[in-house]
Amino acid sequence: MNRRRFVQWLSASAAVGAVAGCAAPGSATSNGKAGRVVVVGGGYGGATAAKYIKLWNPAIDVVMVEQNPVFISCPLSNRVLAGTMSLQDLTRDYDTLQKYGVTVVQDVAAAVDPARRTVNLKRGQTLNYDRLIVSPGVEFLYAKLPRLNNDAAQQTVLHAWKAGPQTLALRKQLEAMPDGGVYALFVPKAPYRCPPGPYERACQIAWYFKNAKPKSKVLVFDANPEIVSKKGLFGKAFAERYGSIIEYRPNSELTDVDPATNTAKLTFEDVKADVLNVVPPQAAGAIARQAGLVTSNDRWCEVDWRSMESTVQKNIHVLGDATLSAPAMPKSGHMANAHAKVCAAAVVAQLAGQPINDSPMTTNTCYSFISGNEVVHIASVHAFNAEKKTMLAVEGSGGLSPAPSKLEGEYAEAWARNIWADMLA
Amino acid sequence: MKKTGTRGVALSLFAAISTGALAQDGGARDGQYLAATCAACHGTRGQSTGVMPVLAGMDKAAMIAAMQAFKHGLRPGTIMPQLAKGYSDLQIADVAEFFSRQKP
Repeated sequence: MNRRRFVQWLSASAAVGAVAGCAAPGSATSNGKAGRVVVVGGGYGGATAAKYIKLWNPAIDVVMVEQNPVFISCPLSNRVLAGTMSLQDLTRDYDTLQKYGVTVVQDVAAAVDPARRTVNLKRGQTLNYDRLIVSPGVEFLYAKLPRLNNDAAQQTVLHAWKAGPQTLALRKQLEAMPDGGVYALFVPKAPYRCPPGPYERACQIAWYFKNAKPKSKVLVFDANPEIVSKKGLFGKAFAERYGSIIEYRPNSELTDVDPATNTAKLTFEDVKADVLNVVPPQAAGAIARQAGLVTSNDRWCEVDWRSMESTVQKNIHVLGDATLSAPAMPKSGHMANAHAKVCAAAVVAQLAGQPINDSPMTTNTCYSFISGNEVVHIASVHAFNAEKKTMLAVEGSGGLSPAPSKLEGEYAEAWARNIWADMLA
Repeated sequence: MKKTGTRGVALSLFAAISTGALAQDGGARDGQYLAATCAACHGTRGQSTGVMPVLAGMDKAAMIAAMQAFKHGLRPGTIMPQLAKGYSDLQIADVAEFFSRQKP
């Protein structure tokens, strides 16, 4: 290459760069500008994605559709059941996203048209997108529990697996229960949202009973063959701290519930309790199914882990609990926040016509309260493996707490404040 | 002779430009995205709201030293010794570079 041709090559490269930079002809955006992203769902995944796209390229138009007026955290909500936190403590405003330029629309995404790149909202508005991010959380498969498959029954036999009114209602049921009463918790087969959540809930309610109504019982009927997460730590807490209160039964799958008599039907027995708490089987949130994103076991959405883009619908990304999890990857709020950042980086690159990062990483930390203020954690680091085309836990990394501690109780509270700020503030 | 000389200059210039561009783009981008994995606990761009240390504006060498100490079991901790083992030395350096350039 001589000097003249080198100079020509330089100018040509510069020109190409400029074109790609503003994403004009043939690139990813429909309007010739930086592009428009619609985010469906304002939880740990969606809100983080909306904020980080704006952080990394403020020129991109970002609209987030969320049905609730405020954010209420599922993580830490078992403490509301124990009476050590209020629902207000877990609540944050969406208004703060406006300072990043995110438009928040309070509505329900009713239908996605992937061919026309539109989202229809329940109140009638239609949003166009260049890229759509679907972070819908989970829907409950009540059809698998026939007599619980109606609104009235679900108001009596609660899930409290989405923080909000159900959390408060379950707390009221526990408060109203007489000393010597029985609370029964039903855990669905994995995968479900928040693997350690049911066992933390058992500890939190047992801790409350131990202090307020010590003759009461916590029965845990688990559809799984053993404790799904932090097995050693929860097993020890069940046996040593709450031995007279918690009874744990593995391989106990719920088949139906009779709300009239507060009776749960298992395969081989019926269980009567004062308070039944059913965590139902789960699948990706309804809009994921409508948009044709569900690809695995009629429940979950498969994605390209470098971009979180659906493996079957171009220009649509899926985050959080709705995805078919990679090996050893939990369905957690922290992980949804990590998914969102991988997705935001990819979307910013894709809209600029640039290559995506081909070696993304995520981390996860889940804290569980064992008592009123003692906590255990599980942590992991995941990296994209090009050969296996999935995220794998990095060998030698991650681990558990050796035992519950008050120090980790302080960390758990600080974690919550920081991650809520990271997604919203 | 003259021709070869020109080509030599052109190639070195090219090399200088492309390495410069890569270091700036690739480096900044990787650091930013990798550092985002710390933000859930340590705050956006390292601006922690409390308890977890503020990483924004932290000296690069100090951060590398802290992460290496966690990684090799020389510094006790709850989560950090477990997470630090998931990052390569190069990744730790990229992350430290990013945080050192953030406003505390």
